[in-house]
Amino acid sequence: MSDLRDLYQEVILDHNRRPRNFGPLPEANHRAEGNNPLCGDRVTVYVDVEGDRIRGVSFEGAGCAISTASASLMTEALKGRSVEEARNLFHGFHELVTKGEEGEDLGKLAVFTGVREYPMRVKCATLAWHTLMAALDAKDQPVTTE
Amino acid sequence: MTVVDQARASTYDLARVRADFPILAREIHGHRLVYLDNAASTQKPRAVAEAIAGCYEGWYANVERGVHTLSQLATAHRERARETVARFLNAPSAAEVVFTRGTTESINLVAEAWGRRHVGPGDEVLITGLEHHSNLVPWQRLCEERGALLRVAPIDDAGEVRLDEFERLLSPRTRIAAFAHVSNALGTVNPVREMAAMAHRAGALALVDGAQAAPHMPVDVRELGCDFYAFSGHKVYGPSGIGVLWGGSELLEAIPPWQSGGGMVQTVRFERTTYAPPPHRFEAGTPFIEGAAGLAAALDYLTAVGLPAVGAWEAELLALAVERLAEVPGLRMIGTARRKAAVLSFVMDGIHPHDLGTILDHEGIAIRAGHHCAQPVMERFGVPATARASFGLYNTCEEVEALAAALHKARELFG
Repeated sequence: MSDLRDLYQEVILDHNRRPRNFGPLPEANHRAEGNNPLCGDRVTVYVDVEGDRIRGVSFEGAGCAISTASASLMTEALKGRSVEEARNLFHGFHELVTKGEEGEDLGKLAVFTGVREYPMRVKCATLAWHTLMAALDAKDQPVTTE
Repeated sequence: MTVVDQARASTYDLARVRADFPILAREIHGHRLVYLDNAASTQKPRAVAEAIAGCYEGWYANVERGVHTLSQLATAHRERARETVARFLNAPSAAEVVFTRGTTESINLVAEAWGRRHVGPGDEVLITGLEHHSNLVPWQRLCEERGALLRVAPIDDAGEVRLDEFERLLSPRTRIAAFAHVSNALGTVNPVREMAAMAHRAGALALVDGAQAAPHMPVDVRELGCDFYAFSGHKVYGPSGIGVLWGGSELLEAIPPWQSGGGMVQTVRFERTTYAPPPHRFEAGTPFIEGAAGLAAALDYLTAVGLPAVGAWEAELLALAVERLAEVPGLRMIGTARRKAAVLSFVMDGIHPHDLGTILDHEGIAIRAGHHCAQPVMERFGVPATARASFGLYNTCEEVEALAAALHKARELFG
């Protein structure tokens, strides 16, 4: 079993303590809520999309360090990206936390590589991303990880 | 064991108890297992495994059906298990012991079979603010279906039921009051005898969810004066998938069948079927035969160790844990009732319970993190989830120290 520090890397602890882009985004034109009924984690993702560009993205909610840091790092990774790039990034991120394969250039998101050792925590790491996809697809229903 | 453990164990043979639980010797992530998730489910003594193996290897067959020797033996074992349960609860008769899949099914049985007949439009069902979902949702569904009103007696900041409110909310329309003996999320021990008496004064029945009490204290249904008592095998060191509903004979007699099929009937004709008397009336289908044997072995084991001694030992563990956890910076205990079973819920500033769960698991310590199937309790205390350490008869002071040390470590990691 890996060291605990492989899961809780400094970047993750830092983003948990001081989440970036935290709070509602007034100019958002897409929004979705996600929750993990198993642990009570919940997140709202706000996205401002113009054409196929993500101009701004923010989140709010309450959750564990993995889900909070994942949401925070996601918002940083998405700014200025196209919707298509965002989808590819999610795919790459999902592969990383479930299989440990880093196909895409994930940048800072690579700090979540330790999650693959903790199958129960994959849902924590992907909650914000699933919620983002729901926001981009403009689904009205809250998404859950169940 | 530490010296302290040994000194305290002089009146309670902890080493011997631990030796009866083979799983306690295993390692988790390179550490000796520290199992503190007993409120979720308990580990099993060798006697339970042997009883189940003994069934498969010595006397297994279907029950109630055959004239051959094994079937008679299996039937006898099952009925003996029923007697063991009756003794465990000090119930007047084994015929008052219904085997179910667990506490949840026991409560559903009452809510559906008794409730649909006796709870009507405008009637009321009273529960409390600390119930497990399994003693809440069945009543909520019953009330929705029957046009009845679900009332909830609130709890105070310590996690104790407000008895004045409980009494006030009982009305001539209250058909049944259903409440936990011990709260799974907070550890609060409810004054169930008093609450049952209050319910009776209002003309209501009293159902006690004993899932969290049966492993920690002697239960005497006659002394408690309740009408129904439910508990689960897997929380009393027995198998999962079997539980008990105890109900007074007259009451059970008057309840119509619930699930139907084989085993719960007397004669079946296309025109009409007559039903078996309780408890078999409520046990349709081939039951968990080996489970009943395992449950009886678990109850015999618990009785042999002695529930008063178990309760006293766990009270020491709880007191030590409260002391040690209070020293962890930023830790807040949730549930500080005056009378508590060995269940400790807590939250830590800046560390989500799930992260605590993962960090502690790394040290080989199993705790529960989440809402403990008691979301209204979490809401009452304004937390999305808690971490919960719950003790059993095999836990040691050394394990409490290991828990505290791991929490300090978590504090360091998260800053």
